[in-house]
Amino acid sequence: MARAVTTRHKTIATTAAWIVALLIFFPILYTIITSFKSEQEAIQGFSLIPSGTTESYAEVQAQSGYFHFFLNSVILSVGSTILALIIAIPAAWSMAFSPTKRTKDILMWMLSTKMMPAVAVLFPIYLIFRDSGLLDSRIGLMIMLMLINLPIVVWMLYTYFREIPGEILEAARMDGASLWGEIWHVLTPIAVPGIASTMLLNIILAWNEAFWTIRLTTTEAAPLTAFISSFSSPQGLFWAKLSAASTLAIAPILIMGWFSQKQLVRGLTFGAVK
Amino acid sequence: MATKQTGNLARFMLAPSVLLLFVWMIVPLAFTLWFSFQQYNPLNPIRDGFIGFSNYMLFFNNPAFAAAIINTLLIVVCVLLITIIGGILLALLLDQPMWGQGIVRILVISPFFVMPPVAALVWKNMIMHPGYGVFADIARFFGAQPVDWFAQYPLFSVILIVAWQWLPFATLILLTSLQSLDGEQKEAAEMDGAGFVSRFIYLTLPHLSRAITVVVLIQTIFLLSVYAEILVTTNGGPGYASTNLPFLVYQKALLEFKIGQASAGGIIAVILANIVAFFAMRAVGKNLDK
Repeated sequence: MARAVTTRHKTIATTAAWIVALLIFFPILYTIITSFKSEQEAIQGFSLIPSGTTESYAEVQAQSGYFHFFLNSVILSVGSTILALIIAIPAAWSMAFSPTKRTKDILMWMLSTKMMPAVAVLFPIYLIFRDSGLLDSRIGLMIMLMLINLPIVVWMLYTYFREIPGEILEAARMDGASLWGEIWHVLTPIAVPGIASTMLLNIILAWNEAFWTIRLTTTEAAPLTAFISSFSSPQGLFWAKLSAASTLAIAPILIMGWFSQKQLVRGLTFGAVK
Repeated sequence: MATKQTGNLARFMLAPSVLLLFVWMIVPLAFTLWFSFQQYNPLNPIRDGFIGFSNYMLFFNNPAFAAAIINTLLIVVCVLLITIIGGILLALLLDQPMWGQGIVRILVISPFFVMPPVAALVWKNMIMHPGYGVFADIARFFGAQPVDWFAQYPLFSVILIVAWQWLPFATLILLTSLQSLDGEQKEAAEMDGAGFVSRFIYLTLPHLSRAITVVVLIQTIFLLSVYAEILVTTNGGPGYASTNLPFLVYQKALLEFKIGQASAGGIIAVILANIVAFFAMRAVGKNLDK
């Protein structure tokens, strides 16, 4: 017996939810609005209606070469994700389909590496990077981001792979498929949605990583996290420019994030909440 | 049907991940442990050598250490309280039937995808700036004196920004858990005449307990190492008012080049994280058996 939802109840819930949601979203909204103001407008007090100028965007690119940092963010987040997937897919596959007594221990141990505070290894990593010429290099940072997110990638893939019924594999084996054939022709097509979700979440995490990306780069390999941090000491009027740079930095990941809400829950709780 | 060949191949496939993570975890940590017992300053290399626990004593006796530990714990506890209580209330609200639920969800979850430096700078300049921020505009509208948040309430300001970033995460997870609550159970409780409050206490809250545990543990891991938010807003100050343990270690290592002390601080951070991790692993591990 379904309870009829009264229109009044729904109206109140809708109003309350929209007010709260807009308050939470407000800092982002206001940043986007301010990015379309001129520097003079930006400091003339509260206003939700910008003049619509795009001069701040042009200036951010002209003054600081914004696109260079944007490109680094793309290369680093996508590159480290692909690297992590190449290493993690076989591992997750073997743990999901040939589990041993130690599988659970290995998984838990991998998770534990994620809990090591980055700051504890800051100096050794800094030294290793400096001495091997990896400081401010894209490849060094890519490896770093890959290592940081590898446990999450293995875990997420494992929880997806585990849901694939083993009978499908056995049927393929009966048909004489080799082990590699089994992986690439049978398993991979079924696993694609899980792999895609893992990839999406991992790109988001890598894009927003703001410790190593700031500390191990200066200019050449610096992604948007490092670029935005350079705005921390303001020089003159910079509100509109900061807003434009911020909007560009978060827009692509915000849109990706909206599509990955479900995967986010699953990935970040290591499958504990689905 | 695992043949010996399959078993070998499985190990072979697992090896790269395990090896990489092992090296990544052990090698730098061993370095840090070694440095924590050394007198080592890259700018003054003559006095290098083994000095026992002196770095730990120096770190403990530094007045900044106590401040950093207290600030670290304050950030963790306050943000957890705000996000869990706020997250439960928000999840209950978003679970109601409404118009435009999809858009509301998108708006609420958005702050989580904002990179930490952007979140911190937007709050610092657009919202909380004493001259041009929205808070100052509101204060002036009511004829009040605008507050210089980062000078007067530095730790509170950092907590506010971090809570804003993590509230969406707590809300999303609690909402996901709430939506898996059996509708029939809810209806049965309603038929029995259970009011909203008793339904919440006896049915909803126990159901959410698992999700709450997960939120607490995962957020704690990230909150123990808040860094960028402090770097771009208060830079740890004024004094040590908003310095947490990771930030103190960063200052010691890369600004003052007191590598020994920084390493001792790093090892203390590891111990702190391990205490949390111990409970985290048990909670997540239980799920594996199901």
